[in-house]
Amino acid sequence: MDFAALVEQYPALTEIVGRYNYWIVIVLMMTGFYIVIARDNMVKKLIGLNIFQTSVFLLYISMGKIRGGTPPIEAAGYEIYSNPIPSVLILTAIVVGVATTSVGLALVVRIHDEYGTVESDEVDLQDNEP
Amino acid sequence: MIQEHLLVLQVVLPLVASPIVLLLRRRQVITGFTLLVSWATFALSLMILARVMDEGTLSYAMGDWRPPLGIEYRVDLLNAFVLVLVSGIGAFVAWFSPRSVDLEIRHRAYGYFYAMFLLCLAGSLGIAITGDMFNVFVFLEISALSSYVLISMGKDRRALPAAYRYLIMGTIGATFFLIGVGLIYQMTGTLNMADAAVRLDDVKGTRTILAAFGFITVGMALKIALFPLHLWLPNAYGYAPSVVSAFIAATSTKVSVYVLIRFFLTVFGYDFAFGEQNLMWVLLPLALIGIVTASLVAVFQNDIKRMLAYSSVAQIGYMVLGISLASVTGLTGGIVHLFNHGLMKGALFLAMGAIFFRVGSVHIDDLKGIGKRMPITTATFVVGGLGLIGVPMTVGFISKWYLVLAALESGLYWVAGLILLSSLIAVAYVWRVVEVAYFEDPPEGREEVSEAPLAMLIPMVSLALLTIVFGVTTDYTAGVAKAAAQMLLGIGS
Repeated sequence: MDFAALVEQYPALTEIVGRYNYWIVIVLMMTGFYIVIARDNMVKKLIGLNIFQTSVFLLYISMGKIRGGTPPIEAAGYEIYSNPIPSVLILTAIVVGVATTSVGLALVVRIHDEYGTVESDEVDLQDNEP
Repeated sequence: MIQEHLLVLQVVLPLVASPIVLLLRRRQVITGFTLLVSWATFALSLMILARVMDEGTLSYAMGDWRPPLGIEYRVDLLNAFVLVLVSGIGAFVAWFSPRSVDLEIRHRAYGYFYAMFLLCLAGSLGIAITGDMFNVFVFLEISALSSYVLISMGKDRRALPAAYRYLIMGTIGATFFLIGVGLIYQMTGTLNMADAAVRLDDVKGTRTILAAFGFITVGMALKIALFPLHLWLPNAYGYAPSVVSAFIAATSTKVSVYVLIRFFLTVFGYDFAFGEQNLMWVLLPLALIGIVTASLVAVFQNDIKRMLAYSSVAQIGYMVLGISLASVTGLTGGIVHLFNHGLMKGALFLAMGAIFFRVGSVHIDDLKGIGKRMPITTATFVVGGLGLIGVPMTVGFISKWYLVLAALESGLYWVAGLILLSSLIAVAYVWRVVEVAYFEDPPEGREEVSEAPLAMLIPMVSLALLTIVFGVTTDYTAGVAKAAAQMLLGIGS
């Protein structure tokens, strides 16, 4: 049975399968966000932040793709091409993400030097002791 | 040449100067160079404001790529006004900074500090000047990343977790903003704000645009530290080096407030944001809760820099309150408070910087009798404090006048009442410092301290004087803000 026939039988499939890129984005985004909120370890928080940002990269890149489209190169016989702008934007955003992660990790190293731990609850505990 | 490339020079000058600072060795050369660049930047912003007032909206096509395809720098009255605030504070803080930085920053990091300072300045100016949504994100991150570094340079080790927390919250805010921009791009195919504003008309009913609206609002609310998303702010401002507190408190949240105004009123438009989405009843309660609770918390802070930080959260509430009323008077109040609060907080944090320079602490117990030892510094603090309260003849009065007027115009008498009540709370926290500084004797055995050096006093006192000057003559603050508000709401003057 091919996909078209399946969709005819179960129309909801277009929402679930047809927009799979958004589902991946949402799952990744929430995973990352959850890690940022729920973990006390500062390095893990940064990893969560990275996953969170990556999901946005996917959102951008997948929106630029056109089915059957080629890379945007001018050549005879190729009419449809994908929008390159989202990919270009994301190149910039990746750079920003790398910078954020490195500044964050540098801060964690300094925090470890000063407090001897990278658990944010232990850091708070040390600060609240007079 | 300068006239033609005025808009781009505004950002490029501090941006290029930042890595150059790293190449300089001698400390005097570094501070001299930074001072020169920051005042040149200030002069440029004044030139831009003068031209905007003369000619109307200015536009600059980056690299000659015509908008909406290329990145456009677009300046109208609103962002010209914000540019003047940001670069002006930058110039005064740079003037104040050398002695204070000398004391608080490790000498090895001197060059890095000023490089980050200029980068932060460039980022903040970039946010305010650009007419491209993705460009806003990039500049947002430039200014945010450099401010994380600046904050972490504080002497107190608590500056490090504060910077880390700001990094996490700030990145989430910026990423939310990025999602919103992406969704707008998906529906309109443009990143140019003016162009998007036109094209959005066709797709405003869609859920994608609704999601974009939500993401951008929440993301920027994190950046401006709107209650209840303000948790990163008190520690970040409290433990940062003194000059950094002054600079960031007076500029970074202000440009984010500008971005909110720009998106609400230019990109999404009044009818969508305040008509269909009823934004007023989202922002107004949060602003009011923020004003009252943050003011109350400020009363119980013993670290004066943290007290000022909580007061900042409350003051941001006033700005958002003005925006949420979305009338010409309310918006005028919000915009003019953005400017006025920058001046006041700049002066207040600089006064704390001077006190820290002499006393080595800004804890309230260490300020006993400081009014007799450092009369000019304390007077500066009092003038700034009076502004926070909103005493007539200070800038704070002008902002609150417009806000109360706007609340009464909208028939919200209880809002006007709460604004006045929160001013009384401000009296309480400012008075605590005044009482300790003037009416208590210095503790036994403390070293005698003298007045701060002249190089610190002049910029600090100038800012304080400006808060009085603009409290008396309002043509250049409230006048410009009102014209900007009328332009944003599409009401002819």
